[in-house]
Amino acid sequence: MELVFALVIGTLTATGVFLLLRARTFPVVMGLTLLSYGVNLFLFASGRLTTGGQPILGSTDNYTDPLPQALVLTAIVIGFAMTAFLVVMALRNLADNDDDHVDGKQPKQDAHTSKLEREVTGK
Amino acid sequence: MSLPLVVFLPFLGALIAPLFAQGGRTAIAIASSVPALIGLAALFPHWETVADGGSVLYTLNWLPAIGLSFSFRLDGLALLFSLLILIIGILIILYARYYLKKKENIGKFYAMLLCFKGSMLGIVLSGNLLLMMIFWELTSLTSFLLISFWNHKQDARRGARMALAVTGGGGLALLAGILIIGNIVGSFELDAVLAAGDQIKAHAMYPVALTLVLLGAFTKSAQFPFHFWLPHAMQAPTPVSAYLHSATMVKAGVFLMARLYPALAGTEQWFYMVSFTGMATLLLGAYVAMFKHDLKGLLAHSTVSHLGLITLLLGMGTKLAAVAAIFHVINHATFKASLFMAAGIIDHETGTRDMRRINGLWRFMPHTATLAMVAAASMAGVPLLNGFLSKEMFFAESLHVNLPAFLTWLPPTVATLAGIFAVAYSARFIHDVFFNGSPVNLPVYPPHEPPRYMKIPVEILVFACLMVGMFPAFSVGPLLYAASYATLDGQVPEYHLTILHGINLPLMMSIGAFIGGLVMYSQRHKLFALHARFREIDEKAIFDKVVSQLADLAHRFTGSIENGSLQRYSMLLIVSVIAVAIVPILSLGVFVGESGLSPVDWPTGIGAAILIVSALATAFAHRERFIALVLLSVVGLMVALGFARFSAPDLAMTQLSVEVVTIVLLMLALYYMPSWTPRESLAGRRTRDVILAVVAGVGMTLITLAMLTQPFSSISDFFLENSKTGGGGTNVVNVILVDFRGFDTLGEITVLAIAALGIYAMLKDTALTPPPSDGQGHAWTRDSHPLMLKQLARPLLPLALMVSAYIFLRGHNLPGGGFIAGLITSVALVVQYIASGMVWTQDRIRFKYHNVIGLGLMFATLAGVGSFIFGYPFLTSTFSYIKWPVVGKFEVASAMIFDLGVYLTVIGATLLALVSIGRLSPHSAIKSPRERS
Repeated sequence: MELVFALVIGTLTATGVFLLLRARTFPVVMGLTLLSYGVNLFLFASGRLTTGGQPILGSTDNYTDPLPQALVLTAIVIGFAMTAFLVVMALRNLADNDDDHVDGKQPKQDAHTSKLEREVTGK
Repeated sequence: MSLPLVVFLPFLGALIAPLFAQGGRTAIAIASSVPALIGLAALFPHWETVADGGSVLYTLNWLPAIGLSFSFRLDGLALLFSLLILIIGILIILYARYYLKKKENIGKFYAMLLCFKGSMLGIVLSGNLLLMMIFWELTSLTSFLLISFWNHKQDARRGARMALAVTGGGGLALLAGILIIGNIVGSFELDAVLAAGDQIKAHAMYPVALTLVLLGAFTKSAQFPFHFWLPHAMQAPTPVSAYLHSATMVKAGVFLMARLYPALAGTEQWFYMVSFTGMATLLLGAYVAMFKHDLKGLLAHSTVSHLGLITLLLGMGTKLAAVAAIFHVINHATFKASLFMAAGIIDHETGTRDMRRINGLWRFMPHTATLAMVAAASMAGVPLLNGFLSKEMFFAESLHVNLPAFLTWLPPTVATLAGIFAVAYSARFIHDVFFNGSPVNLPVYPPHEPPRYMKIPVEILVFACLMVGMFPAFSVGPLLYAASYATLDGQVPEYHLTILHGINLPLMMSIGAFIGGLVMYSQRHKLFALHARFREIDEKAIFDKVVSQLADLAHRFTGSIENGSLQRYSMLLIVSVIAVAIVPILSLGVFVGESGLSPVDWPTGIGAAILIVSALATAFAHRERFIALVLLSVVGLMVALGFARFSAPDLAMTQLSVEVVTIVLLMLALYYMPSWTPRESLAGRRTRDVILAVVAGVGMTLITLAMLTQPFSSISDFFLENSKTGGGGTNVVNVILVDFRGFDTLGEITVLAIAALGIYAMLKDTALTPPPSDGQGHAWTRDSHPLMLKQLARPLLPLALMVSAYIFLRGHNLPGGGFIAGLITSVALVVQYIASGMVWTQDRIRFKYHNVIGLGLMFATLAGVGSFIFGYPFLTSTFSYIKWPVVGKFEVASAMIFDLGVYLTVIGATLLALVSIGRLSPHSAIKSPRERS
């Protein structure tokens, strides 16, 4: 069981990382979603895998560890908020740059030697 | 208690004194003098203890874990420096009152000066090396502000920056040195460090620590090759130069060497490093001073030279030399401060500092001239003045330096040579400025004597030069003894403070220097011509070049990492995570722990297989975005089932409802976005990414496996035991969320609210036209909202709301609660939007989601604050049971109000986010798709 669970987390991580490294916003969002599944499962697993139990008092003799569950519960909800935020950033990027590349449109690098820098370097 | 008072009063004064600015410059000058006067009064009672070599200690723990304590220590050396700082400080305040022009912000000036004074006192009175380090850096910062006081001048800004760069860099080295010393000794307390001299010197790290500490001292005290910042700091107002660059800040390095003398001195390394640096500085400063036409430039280089002299004395290693060094600290401070002040008066009255133009001032300001001439004579080492006494001691000691035989001639020769130069530049200061014909083309003509009170500080200092010069044993004897006692750890050698020790070699050297100097001055025109033939080394140009090269290097380095590509940053992030994690993972060795593996049952195995296949398929199909999204939702569903399978009903319900909302969100986004991803990455990059992904995946698999097979004990027993009795609920997960860790949850729903409001703000004025087709030539469907869905969705709403109310109410005892109920309500409402369209739904929902979020946060916070009314800490919950008809015995917990807040926030945030995206297209919000096409 443990091996299967570990493989699931490994697969979620691997696919998540791969998509995270793509150049377009939508695959990156999907990658992050996969990665957060993996992370949530990992956190959950820190309470070990229990079969047929519940974290409900009086309902069973086999209590599971409630603490990771409480942590993961909020993590799932916050994860949703972050996904939504990211999606909106991607949409805003699309609206402003007319492009869904993660790098957006960047000005050329060399143009930003500011006045202060000139004074520091004495140029 | 009086010691911290002495240090912190100036800082307090810096806050208060500017308030007197309304009362005029005299009022603020008086107010600024108060801290120093109180400081002097506070130090006075300790004199008896300190005079006999005792010390006063005041200690308060600050951060004991890192050895930093709030400890102050007064001994003879600290007292000597404190007196210099306090007394000259008062004189400077008086002087600056007349020096600064009416329109200049004198309140700011005094405030910065007081901050500097406090930092300087902090250095000399600290009883803990780390505490001293803090004040050390503060002097660098405040001196930066003071040098750049005339910040409209570019030279002043550059000079200040140079001083900060050099002394600040030295400060870093010093910090490293102090940390090593503290590590060797095991304490940063000064008492412990001074007592552990032998231990430090025997340690293998001693040369490193010594070099680092000396780097700090040399940069601060402008020793070669770091001396160049001091002349450039002369762009400061003259009171600052007189205070910082003669009497106090540049002496901090010398002070440090004297302070750590018992701990660090007495070895070969110390001897060679300190004495040769001192010798080079002594000679170089004296030589350059001779050729400066700028009055302050001459004094600055002379200061460099005298600091070199003191350093050389400290480096020689004999006890008498150390006494001479301390004696010269006093003498140099008095005559150099008065000379700077005189130079400031001349600058003030003539409008220039160029000695080629300032001539024959004797006729215009005889009073100032007399004072300046006495001080300059002391600088030259004329008998009956204090400069003579310490210089004689220096000459005498230079004859006893413990060098190999073939080098014994070096110190006396260098000393005499520097003496010759000192006489020559002092003669130049006197003759060129006050005699030597008439003024040439002065900006202010004719010059006058300055205001009466501006001369008083100079008079006092010159009087001190005379007193020490004529009655040394009477005037400074006890103080010098106390300071030497502290520096030499009690082993004060026999010495005599008399004006003449008889006809001996040092006296002959003095006379030789005197005659040589006068001869040199008389031949100055030839020397100037000779000097002009050599190209002067422009330290500023070199410094600027080094700085700009460093800046270029930093630019290139930053540019090579940070090229503006997010894709690259993500890659670097993942690579660094792998790099950090890989060593500990490999060192784990065995990945299957003691608990071993448990067997897999069929349903779980199949579920896991579906999950793994879907996840892989999502990655493979990611360029077909819609298909990938469908596959992603399968993964989410399997994760929810996984939670249910492993005994986490709350999580399963949360995951399921979040999954629905997330997929709806992504579908919405996909509506605006291209529906497929172009193939852009090169094969090499894809291979690289696959390798990274596989490494990360294998790593996580191994970590998870190792973790899951370890036996463990958890702190959760506490929650299981106290959930019912303390929190009044049997669903431990929910009780943790709303009770045990309620504050945490409050923070989390706040994040949720902020994210939703951020989404709203980001999209508020954004319009995004969706592409006319799905990108593969298929136009959007012309169907209006599907009839079946519409008819199903509407009766579903009350049912779903009832379910969510049920889930909410039972949450404290059975799986459920605010989070899950909120998500279910959100899903029910989202279905209405999907089924019936934005306009129809929004028409029927008459409240703004912002308000729902606000209301939710208010409930949650009020539930917490409510505890205060009953005298309990924030978010204490209480519960009792009531009997409801039909329902029966029912439990009411105050945590339910909190949970209601969670419920409302989740609904508001989720819907605000989705609706913001939904109405993004200017058409979709108003018209149905049919009308749009």
